[in-house]
Amino acid sequence: MAQQHIVKAFDDQLNQLDAKIAEMGGLAESMLADAIDALSKRDADLAAEVVAGDRKLDTLENDVNSLALRLLALRQPMAEDLRTVLAALKISSDLERAGDLAKNVAKRAITIAKTPPLAPVTGIANLGALVQSRIKTTIDAYVARDAKLALDVWSSDEEVDQLHTSLFRELLTYMMEDPRNITPCAHLLFVAKNIERIGDHVTNIAERVVFLVRGRLPERERHKEDESSSTEVRPFKKDA
Amino acid sequence: MTIGLGLSQRETGILDSIPEPVVIVDNQRAVVAVNTAAGREIGVGYAGRALALSLRHPVALAAVDDVLSRGVSRSVEVTFRTPTQRTYAMLAAPLQSATGTASEGAVLVFHDVTSERRAQQMRADFVANASHELRSPLSAIVGFIETLRGPAKDDAAARARFLDVMAQEAARMTKLVEDLLSLSAIEADKHVAPQGKVEVARLLQRVTEALQGRAEARSVRMSVELRDAVPDVAGDADQLAQVFRNLIENAINYGRPDTDVRVTARAVDRVGETTRSGVAITVEDEGEGIAPDHIPRLTERFYRVDPGRSRKLGGTGLGLAIVKHILNRHRGRLSIASDVGRGSRFTVTLPAA
Repeated sequence: MAQQHIVKAFDDQLNQLDAKIAEMGGLAESMLADAIDALSKRDADLAAEVVAGDRKLDTLENDVNSLALRLLALRQPMAEDLRTVLAALKISSDLERAGDLAKNVAKRAITIAKTPPLAPVTGIANLGALVQSRIKTTIDAYVARDAKLALDVWSSDEEVDQLHTSLFRELLTYMMEDPRNITPCAHLLFVAKNIERIGDHVTNIAERVVFLVRGRLPERERHKEDESSSTEVRPFKKDA
Repeated sequence: MTIGLGLSQRETGILDSIPEPVVIVDNQRAVVAVNTAAGREIGVGYAGRALALSLRHPVALAAVDDVLSRGVSRSVEVTFRTPTQRTYAMLAAPLQSATGTASEGAVLVFHDVTSERRAQQMRADFVANASHELRSPLSAIVGFIETLRGPAKDDAAARARFLDVMAQEAARMTKLVEDLLSLSAIEADKHVAPQGKVEVARLLQRVTEALQGRAEARSVRMSVELRDAVPDVAGDADQLAQVFRNLIENAINYGRPDTDVRVTARAVDRVGETTRSGVAITVEDEGEGIAPDHIPRLTERFYRVDPGRSRKLGGTGLGLAIVKHILNRHRGRLSIASDVGRGSRFTVTLPAA
């Protein structure tokens, strides 16, 4: 916070809002990391823990909502304070969605653990690690009110999309090779998609952080790299 | 420097002299003090504000909450995954107030257990890899035995052919078991400095003579050249012979037919970062070379640039790991340079006797 308010309780409440958001970010980050770990180590117990952790994230989101509501109603915040409250509302809902998606990854990890191990799991782990580090950087940017750092995250999401597209292709190939791979690969397709969507939420959060600090949204049209919606792998055709 | 609220200079000095990260929080979970190590290693900051701003790991926060609400100590393991994965054992203990009644907050101490965890993981990976490597020749042999007992029982031609393959697979297993045993023998002696003096010229001659047949079979020419009057090196003759056997054999195997493998020795002023003088011996081939991203990983056990080719040449994936371990014991160095398409240079530096 740039300036202090005359009413100290106001500062305290804004501080609490930051702390709750940071805690949500830490939880979402660790849910994703644990879900990926559960997937690569075929650890159904760890996956079940992730599923249970989602409730804590929901509680935190409720806390943020009621704190924000109280701030709006009692303090009528203006300028940066108003943006802080609005950003907190949006960011907490993005983080809650990210947590839901991580929970879904964990649920699928439980199912996948029952099938034979597959090579593309390594690629998924790389995608997961990338998105997880983006969550961390974005929350760091939020806490430090660092618009430049947030812009770095915001403008570099092609990497996630590229990795997702290449995983998509790889999984299609595995499914064509052996029909027995179809069940686990179908789950892995959703896992990859979920992680990629967590990445999208992170990009949204980064955008919010830029707005919070600068009072305007970042401009440049972002480059779209995810081509998986137009990816086609042809069976039975041996071309060069 | 310690960032602390309401701490005396002496107190912050004490905190800073603790090499492990230490964080003190009040009973509202706001940061009271952070020592230098905590800022540097786990990035905890924002004194006076909520701990969750910079320490966001849910396991750590839950443990702190437990300490604050129940006044008991808790010990948990916390893994930070970015930028590099580090695992800490975090001990959280209640901070008693001056009057000794209520809990004023909590003290968090972080002990880095990353290398222990990594060692455990490596051991598990090694057992898995070694079993996998042993299983593939074994399952080939078992398969052929079944065929010889069943469908190929009376087929003399198939029998001869299968026995050849079985002998080959058995040889591969034997080589692997030998390599594994010599690795563990080297590791057992890791801290025992090698005794003895080795004359470099004789060592290299002995090794190249033994490999002459292999070189001729692949039509590779070997040459040994001593650039200066090189001193004797300190070490175990058999282990050093194994180093150069592995390196020269690799050079022969991965060199192209009708090319040279050059072994040159010269005296050097210093070995690695030490002040000891020694000998540098380079084994140079004219093979395909090694892409830069493989080079740092070549001495890992079972790491292969091209698994198929290595297997065809009878490699175990342990040769360079053995070289590295022997050289570590001898306080020597291995450096690898390669031009893709032109060849590779493996240089061993050993301290003089």
